[in-house]
Amino acid sequence: MNSARADAVTGGSRSARFLDWIDARFPLTKMLKEHATEYYAAKNFNVWYVFGVLAMVVLIIQLLTGIWLTMSYKPSAADAFASVEYIMRDVEWGWLIRYMHSTGASAFFIVVYLHMFRGMMYGSYKPPRELLWIIGMLIYLALMAEAFFGYLLPWGQMSYWGAQVIVSLFGAVPFVGDSLVEWIRGDFYISDITLNRFFALHVIAVPLALVMLVVVHILALHETGSLGPDGIEIKEKKGADGIPLDGVAFHPYLTAKDLVAIVVFLILFSGVIFFSPEMGGYFLEHANFEPANRLKTPEHIAPVWYFTPFYAILRAVPSKGLGALLMLLAIVALFLLPWLDRCRVKSIRYRGWTFKLALAIFAISFVALGYLGLMPATQTYVILARIFTGLYFAFFLFMPIYTRMEKTKPVPERVVWHE
Amino acid sequence: MSEGSGLSRRNFLTAATTVTGLVGVGFTAVPFLASWKPSARAQAAGAPVQVDISKLETGAMVRVEWRGRPVWILRRSEDMLERMTQVVGQLSDPESLKSEQPSYTQNDTRSVKPEVLVVIGTCTHLGCAPIERFDVAPEDLGPDWEGGFYCPCHGSKFDLAGRVYSGVPAPTNLPVPPHRYVGDDLIIVGEDTGANA
Amino acid sequence: MLMRASARTYIAVLAVSLVVGLPAHGAGEFPLQHAGNDVSNIASLQRGARNFVNFCMGCHSAQYVRYNRLAEDLGLSEDQVIDNLMFAAEKPQETMTIAMPEQDAQGWFGQAPPDLSLIARSRGPDYLYTFLKTFYLEPGSPTGVNNLVLANASMPHVLWELQGEQRLIEETDDEGHRVQRLEMVRPGRLSPDEYDQFVRDIVNFLDYVGEPMQRERIRLGGWVIAFLLVFGLFSYLLKEEIWKDIK
Repeated sequence: MNSARADAVTGGSRSARFLDWIDARFPLTKMLKEHATEYYAAKNFNVWYVFGVLAMVVLIIQLLTGIWLTMSYKPSAADAFASVEYIMRDVEWGWLIRYMHSTGASAFFIVVYLHMFRGMMYGSYKPPRELLWIIGMLIYLALMAEAFFGYLLPWGQMSYWGAQVIVSLFGAVPFVGDSLVEWIRGDFYISDITLNRFFALHVIAVPLALVMLVVVHILALHETGSLGPDGIEIKEKKGADGIPLDGVAFHPYLTAKDLVAIVVFLILFSGVIFFSPEMGGYFLEHANFEPANRLKTPEHIAPVWYFTPFYAILRAVPSKGLGALLMLLAIVALFLLPWLDRCRVKSIRYRGWTFKLALAIFAISFVALGYLGLMPATQTYVILARIFTGLYFAFFLFMPIYTRMEKTKPVPERVVWHE
Repeated sequence: MSEGSGLSRRNFLTAATTVTGLVGVGFTAVPFLASWKPSARAQAAGAPVQVDISKLETGAMVRVEWRGRPVWILRRSEDMLERMTQVVGQLSDPESLKSEQPSYTQNDTRSVKPEVLVVIGTCTHLGCAPIERFDVAPEDLGPDWEGGFYCPCHGSKFDLAGRVYSGVPAPTNLPVPPHRYVGDDLIIVGEDTGANA
Repeated sequence: MLMRASARTYIAVLAVSLVVGLPAHGAGEFPLQHAGNDVSNIASLQRGARNFVNFCMGCHSAQYVRYNRLAEDLGLSEDQVIDNLMFAAEKPQETMTIAMPEQDAQGWFGQAPPDLSLIARSRGPDYLYTFLKTFYLEPGSPTGVNNLVLANASMPHVLWELQGEQRLIEETDDEGHRVQRLEMVRPGRLSPDEYDQFVRDIVNFLDYVGEPMQRERIRLGGWVIAFLLVFGLFSYLLKEEIWKDIK
């Protein structure tokens, strides 16, 4: 059964004996089998199934470049801005490491949003994967916190005023709001003290939580198994050898596929880093090249693009408390997805037109809100933001109803596979 | 395609992908490793230092800092130069063969101009700062002492050219930093003449 | 050198009052003119550096820029930089700081003149180009001038001797839009084209200074992507080969 062990009995090769030595003390071979060579996934994964791996790649890029940036960055109000320019100019290759990190932040959200949308399309949140979805949502929350804390660190105008606005949101909490805001800042305004603690959270606390959550996410995934785009549990149809008939081993089949995706991603990623690191002001905002000035708000203030859908929801409501609450609910609603969706069929391939339409409206609303969050809050834009906020919530609110009445198509026994 | 050629194709592609991937990792590592080199700011701080010695009296010494290390500039008197020749027999490396200095100071006085000594004031033993003892035959250093530098940490002794005595812990002479003269009295420490080689 | 250019004065222009027609959208939103600068134009960068040092560095620093880096990137020797650009520093390794204390500056201008290391990144070259071209006379203001891009700018028109003096004309065009344009009342030492180029060189220099590695970045990017394409090709062929197993 275990060739390494069999070799060891008969003398075996030197490396086989070494592996045996390890395996007696640490389940290396066992883990490799469980998670790679004998972990089976549906063989008809399409392009939507690469974003999980890409998120891992970005996480590694962020951790590595982040560690290197801390070597030259100074988390103090007096030195932070200058230390970033020091990295950009005086540290050899510092500019490349910094651009990798700043581009990585946006890339992280791009792949995570696509990964989440994949989950919504193919029903990856449905039983028995509710916990997997929740863990993923916690990763998303941690990612938002990480991005928010990190954005203060360059100590530019946008860093400063972005933090000012978002921290002030906590003032909407009833009764304790103001003291809560003060507690978060550790001062009466966003100051050196705030920067210092955000730095600690950005480089230690949140990344630690992120890495642990990612491990848990993968463990949970490998427990339930990956669901292909047909929404069929491949474990239910096994061959005589106990291997799922429609499954392929993660290694080498999916690793080979993922490698291609990773290279394609790296080409796009490098394209941004080397040819447009500011990405027209969306990845690095122009106003952030001005040092923080707490007496002067920039003329036009918008959060970085990945927060703008929620920012648009916040602005759509003419009440601070209600706006903040709605923003919170917009995220909470995603957590509840496994219980709001009452349809038995998992994949969008076999679901009725109502869900397809609802999901399309949801996607359009999310993108539209993202766009509106970048625009100044003129009257037209605010009205549009209200409409799309309404549609965004309608998707969740009416989900139990329209998913119950859904006219689904028959789900095939085996996955759809074109030779 | 036969099974054999399929396998060799697979082996070739696996090898090609692996090798290219490793080359990529290697290239990626370069910026990360190179970023540890002294930055432009560190190099600016370590830039050559100009010292005007026009007001340096004979027998006196000034200290300047270059790259975080103390550099001593001593204007030796005729008498001092004379006394230096008397201790040669007691020195460990009188010709400065094992010691660190630019080639243009590898001579009897270890200097460009005979009277002006430029050395780094860090003991070659364990990095303490020797103290100047230009007095002759003091009580603590004995009757043979012709003036020089004495390291209080472990008792290493150096003569007036920074040459180490035999029988003390320090292995080599005090290092001479690269330096050049601009005019008679202006020394630039940290910059070579270029006529070095 | 500037001195030579300034020796030529353009009296002929005096007769023809110069008109720069500039369409305007709404109040305050003055349309920016395209700077058209090119950071790979070394000659322009050298002129821009000289202009910057001579005309801007009286009040503005570029505190993150080192002189020796300038020498390297602008194809100058360190001695050339020391002789032509380095008036406020002792060593070429130093940065382009100035001696004006912030307190004094605040007193003189109402606010301290900003450091210009990153101005091209925060405002964009077109903004700077248009800003430097659209000062006009406004007798009541503290500096005697105002600006179309930055209303009530606390910066005086430092380059007025070169550009000349302009006045603002506001009219309504045929379609009923309000149009702002500037009219030359007294020409400067440079012709309008020469002045445009003068400003373009400064803006080009500031663009370079904002991101000194930008040319290097683009050059390297080509190689990185070429490498990734090769790697991508191998990995794609490998994937195709391996997936032949799957029926």
